[in-house]
Amino acid sequence: MTTSLENLETRQIDPTKPLLEVDRLVMHYKIKAGEVSAIEDVSFTVHQGEAVGLVGESGCGKTSVALSLLRLLPSNAEYISGEIRFNGEDLLYLSPEEMRQHRWKDIAMVFQGAMNSWNPVYRVGDQIRETLDTHYRGAMSYDQQREHMERLFSSVGLTPEMLDRYPHEFSGGMRQRAVIAMALACSPELIIADEPTTALDVIVQDQILKELKRIQAELGMSIIYISHDIAVIAEVTDSLGVMYAGKLVEYGPTSTIFARPRHPYAYLLLRSTPSISGPRRELAPLEGEPPNLLSPPTGCRFHPRCPFATDKCVTDEPPLEEIGGGHRVACWHHEQVPELEEALHR
Amino acid sequence: MTATLPPPRTGEPLVEIRDLEMHFPISKGLFRAPTDFVHAVDGISLDIAPGESVGLVGESGCGKSSTGRMLVKLMEPTGGSIIFRDGDYQRDVAKVKGSEIKDFRARVQMIFQDPYESMNPRRTIFDTISEPMAVQGVGSVAEREERVLELLQLVGLTPAESFLFRYPHELSGGQRQRVAVARALVMNPTFVVADEPTSMLDVSIRISIMELMTKLGQDLGVSYLYITHDLAVARYMCDRIAVMYLGKIVEIGPTEEILANPKHPYTRALLSAVPVPDPSLKRPPVEIKGGISAAINPPPECRFIQRCPFAAQVCQENPHPPLEQQGDRHFVACYRVDEIDSVTEAAS
Repeated sequence: MTTSLENLETRQIDPTKPLLEVDRLVMHYKIKAGEVSAIEDVSFTVHQGEAVGLVGESGCGKTSVALSLLRLLPSNAEYISGEIRFNGEDLLYLSPEEMRQHRWKDIAMVFQGAMNSWNPVYRVGDQIRETLDTHYRGAMSYDQQREHMERLFSSVGLTPEMLDRYPHEFSGGMRQRAVIAMALACSPELIIADEPTTALDVIVQDQILKELKRIQAELGMSIIYISHDIAVIAEVTDSLGVMYAGKLVEYGPTSTIFARPRHPYAYLLLRSTPSISGPRRELAPLEGEPPNLLSPPTGCRFHPRCPFATDKCVTDEPPLEEIGGGHRVACWHHEQVPELEEALHR
Repeated sequence: MTATLPPPRTGEPLVEIRDLEMHFPISKGLFRAPTDFVHAVDGISLDIAPGESVGLVGESGCGKSSTGRMLVKLMEPTGGSIIFRDGDYQRDVAKVKGSEIKDFRARVQMIFQDPYESMNPRRTIFDTISEPMAVQGVGSVAEREERVLELLQLVGLTPAESFLFRYPHELSGGQRQRVAVARALVMNPTFVVADEPTSMLDVSIRISIMELMTKLGQDLGVSYLYITHDLAVARYMCDRIAVMYLGKIVEIGPTEEILANPKHPYTRALLSAVPVPDPSLKRPPVEIKGGISAAINPPPECRFIQRCPFAAQVCQENPHPPLEQQGDRHFVACYRVDEIDSVTEAAS
């Protein structure tokens, strides 16, 4: 099986140039009981060729952010304010038809649960062909489409014959490879991968992550990884955003955050992740449960669970401030977090 | 009916699994006898000591859940035996029948993976936790309520009174899993099989459930069999780890020994594929290819042969290797276990 990318379109990248800028995004879900503040003032930038990770627990808003970027949110979602600029163009002002032209062509998504992203009654190849039909109508002949799809399949380590098979004939890992092939079909500049390997076994996960990383580097794409699995994010991303209760609480280079997390939540999240390498250290438990976003806590949303919370945290919301080296953190007491480490070891 | 077995001695295992088999027939049609079988569990032997927690790890389809289900008698094995000892009580699990089942179920319990599906949505938390007592006919309603309150306290759902008459949908995933733990412990079992009890939970909640189960296990003298695909979780919950591959245990040993000194090529690959939550560390490359193969009528030779980077003639010509001792309480099923280190060094 050859995994060659030479025939796919590659692009020159300028790592200093922003590709996607999310600027002070606020999004609420309207439900019977009120408004759920799902995304609150989230800002981050994805540069060309960059891999950005978003981590957080269920319900923290990471998947909502991903769906917002593609404007695939359910109908009860309401954008309150903010901008999502893709190559300088604000996606929130596009008509549904204009947005449709961007989807898959410029921004593609690898959804959570590859098992469910295929229609079981169509051949996999025909489902990919549908994407090509939508975006390259008339520009590609039937044979050219087939040839392109075969290249896509070989680039993700699948054989061309598998295009003629049905999804149920694929194993979980193969289905996820096929999803990635489909995401690559129109050579997007940005891929959003929402829990791309969550349902897979570790050995297959390892293969898929390596594949994605290689393809991303060779084709000059940007990727946003969304995961609750901190270990996966640590391995594949350049920058990392930690979300808690709809807010981005820390953002910066992955290596910096892992070496010195400064938000108490980020700190506790990293320290509560079990690892098989290194000495077996005590895991720091994170007490309590995430808040109900129908009525989020006042001030800092993490204050009810935070070991450092003071009166100020209860009343005033901390801004996401730059503390040097592109590292931003939203905490009034971020300088004290290293002390937390000592306190825990005592 | 009681199986004739030697009387229990001290130091005997709580659970003694011998040559356990689960072969699922593949239906060929209504009137045709099946000729193909899925060898989900294919002759495994394992002892679990009183108070010990053993982790059963492996990829999906390796047979770990089938093993767990046979241990709690949710499935009847097609071969082999499981001897369960609890004080004077001693039974072959497969031979427990009729009215004996109720007694057996009071001693052996299970915790399921998905706290959203393991509870009846129309029953209150009190009903859910006290159901084993109702089935066993233990206590009056007032006594059951007292016991449920005690357990809610124990699993950290406080104030306990406020949870009694809530429904599962009012609880978060972590709280539901605490209820599942309480339900499993209500009859004071000696052995609990936990099938991926934390895999549906967020990290922060996962740690508290892991700590809760470990602490309760120690306090109440419960032995666990943890079924998990997550080696990092197994590290924190288990005294010993057994690695399964296609229905066979390929390696078993004390947890830290397995992690520090894996011997079977599959265990090595599994360990090197686990992502490390530290970007400054680089993992060694994973040496094996592809996914787990199907367990339908497997050939007699080593189950791992197709994916094994070290497979040699000896592996082709002999049946699946037996577990052999390779250190203190460390057993490995591989013909080439002694040569692998030198092969790896030569390659690098």
